[in-house]
Amino acid sequence: MRVTVRLFARLRDIAGAGDLSRDAPAGATVQDVWRGLVAEFPEMARYESSISSAVNADYARMTAAIADGDEVAFLPPVSGG
Amino acid sequence: MKPIAVTAETLQADALIGLVSDGGGHGAVTAFVGIVRDNNLNRRVTHLEYEAYEPMALKALGQICGEADREWPGTRLAVHHRVGRLAIGEASIVIAAASPHRAAAFAACRYVIERVKQIVPIWKHEFFEGGEVWIEGATANPDDEAARLEAVRRACA
Repeated sequence: MRVTVRLFARLRDIAGAGDLSRDAPAGATVQDVWRGLVAEFPEMARYESSISSAVNADYARMTAAIADGDEVAFLPPVSGG
Repeated sequence: MKPIAVTAETLQADALIGLVSDGGGHGAVTAFVGIVRDNNLNRRVTHLEYEAYEPMALKALGQICGEADREWPGTRLAVHHRVGRLAIGEASIVIAAASPHRAAAFAACRYVIERVKQIVPIWKHEFFEGGEVWIEGATANPDDEAARLEAVRRACA
């Protein structure tokens, strides 16, 4: 299946794009997508313990299952206000 | 005007105050305006750029206003957050809270800004003399009840 990966702030800078399209195997979780990103962009590894994740613009746990066409987002620590 | 917005337009505090003031049952209105400061951690800041995951930021702001309404029933809230490039002195966020009495209006306003800093997916890119840095605050977790209670505590301090 294919998912859209959304990245923001420093994570977007590291990847060089805020919007990526990536393949994921059937039954994959948010965590699997993250592992793939870290393999591709090792600099992201230091965010492992501080990111939040979302599926289709709703907060989701790293263990959440994903489906074909989902938008999976990784959010570094927020700093609005 | 919508009570909740993420926008690249200049924020209008007076318009938000007017929005929550309509109705007549509210005897107190408070507003918080966050302003771009010219210094941070001994850096001379030249400007900021704010980035949002907009659909999610709107949902998070809606959740926060719902929480505030449960804590201080009858409070009417509006919150607008700016995105894009902001010069020194420009408003990055405006929050307006109307309530029958002043204590709830002050508390709800403070609560919203504390929660924005905890769970709204918006990021601040600071540009200063000699460099730039993404500011990284809180790991966002909307289900973290301890964080929410800390925001209530600060709001009522």
